[in-house]
Amino acid sequence: METEAQLGRGAFIARGAIAAGAAYGALAAGPFLRRAFAQGEASQADLDILNFALTLEYLEAAFYEQALTDLRPKGELGSLVETISSDENEHVAALEQTISDLGGEPVKAPEVDFGDAFASEDSFLELAQTFEDTGVGAYNGAAPSLESKELLATAGGIVQVEARHAAAIRMLRGELPSEAAFDKTLTEDEVRKAVQPFVKS
Amino acid sequence: MTTHPQPSGATRLRRAVAEPHSRRKFFLLTGGTGTAAAVLAACGEDSETMSSTTAAGDDGDVLAEMFGEGDSGIVNYALTLEYLEAAFYEEVAASGLFSGKDLALIEEIGGNENEHVAALEATAAKLGDPAPKPETEFDLKDAQAVLETAAEVENLGAAAYLGQAAAIEDTAILAAALSIHTVEGRHAAALNSLVGKPITPSGAFAMPAEPDQVLADVQPFLVTEGSM
Repeated sequence: METEAQLGRGAFIARGAIAAGAAYGALAAGPFLRRAFAQGEASQADLDILNFALTLEYLEAAFYEQALTDLRPKGELGSLVETISSDENEHVAALEQTISDLGGEPVKAPEVDFGDAFASEDSFLELAQTFEDTGVGAYNGAAPSLESKELLATAGGIVQVEARHAAAIRMLRGELPSEAAFDKTLTEDEVRKAVQPFVKS
Repeated sequence: MTTHPQPSGATRLRRAVAEPHSRRKFFLLTGGTGTAAAVLAACGEDSETMSSTTAAGDDGDVLAEMFGEGDSGIVNYALTLEYLEAAFYEEVAASGLFSGKDLALIEEIGGNENEHVAALEATAAKLGDPAPKPETEFDLKDAQAVLETAAEVENLGAAAYLGQAAAIEDTAILAAALSIHTVEGRHAAALNSLVGKPITPSGAFAMPAEPDQVLADVQPFLVTEGSM
C-alpha cells in the first residue's frame, strides 16, 4: 500500500537523482568545496553533524518537492518554491557526497508526512517558515562544534542560503525578514523535537 | 604605541586609489579622526614602520594589518562594517524617501544593525580597543537607488561574515558571528527581492568575500577628508 506521502517521496527521489547529478557537476567546478575531501579527514563527531544536517535537508527537499506537485504554486510563489527546492536538493547532494568522500555513511532519507500543509498557500508558507527558521537555528547551533574549519565554511555557505529562504518566505507572509537581530541557535534535541511531527520513521 | 605623521586626506585618497590593496586604506576607513589616530598609530607610512602589534606575516592579510590579529581583528572588522550599515539606515530612515512597509523594513534592519554594533563594541572592548566609528557619506537622492545600495551592502556584509567564519578561534564569538551572519543574509534576501534580484544570487551555496574586496567595495561610503 502506497500512501500519498510515499508516492510524493518516490517522485522526489527520481527528481533528486537528476538534481544530484546536476549539483555534483556544479560542485566539481564551483567554489563550494575547494577540493575533494578524503576518507579519514573528518572526525566521527563531524560526520554525525553532517548527517544531522543531511536529515534536515532531506526533510526540506521532500517538503518543497511535494509542494511543487501538490500545491502547484504559480507566479512569484511558484518561482520562489522552485528556487528553494533546487537549493535544498543541491544541499542534499553536497552533504551526501561530502559524507561519502570522508568515509562516512550518509543517513537514509526519512519517511515524511506533512499532513495538510499543502491544503493552501497559507498553510504551506506557514510550515515553510518553520522549516527554514529551524534549519537556520540548527546549522547555527551545530556549526561551532565542527572540528574541521573547511566543513565549517561549507556549513556557513549553506546556512546563509537557508536564512535567505526564510527571509523570502517571511516577506511573502507579510512579516519582517528576521525575528530578531540575532538568529536563535537550536540544539540537536530542540531541532529533532521541532521536526518530529513530520517524520514517520 | 607611537604615532606617525599622517598625510592629508587628499593625499591618502590618491594613494589608496593608486594602491587599492595598500595598507594605507586603513587611514581612509577611519577618516583620520583623533580616535582613529590611536588605533591607527601602529600603521605607518611605510610597511617597514609597522609596529609589531599589527604587522602581519602575510603581506596579503589586509584584515590583520588594518584591524589587528586574531579574533580581536575580526571583531573590529565586523564592527566597522556594522557601523557603516547602522549609519546608512539611520540616514535612510530620516531621509523622507520611504514610508509604509518599506520604511518599516528599513527601520527594522537599522535596529538590527544597531544591536550588532552594540554587541560587537562590547566584544571588541573585552578583547582590546574597539575600532573607531568611521565617517560615512551616502547618496540618498532616489528611493530605488537607495534600496539597491542597501541590497549591495547587505550582500557584502553577509559575504564578509562568511569569509571570516573559519578564522574565528573563540567558540562563543563564532556562535555570535554566525547568528549575525544569517541575519545579514536575511536582510540581503529581503532587499534583493524588493529590487527584483534573486534571493540567492550565487545559488545553493553562499559565497564568502575576502576583506580586501569588502573594503574596496565600501570605499565609496567612507569620508576621506576627515583630518583637520
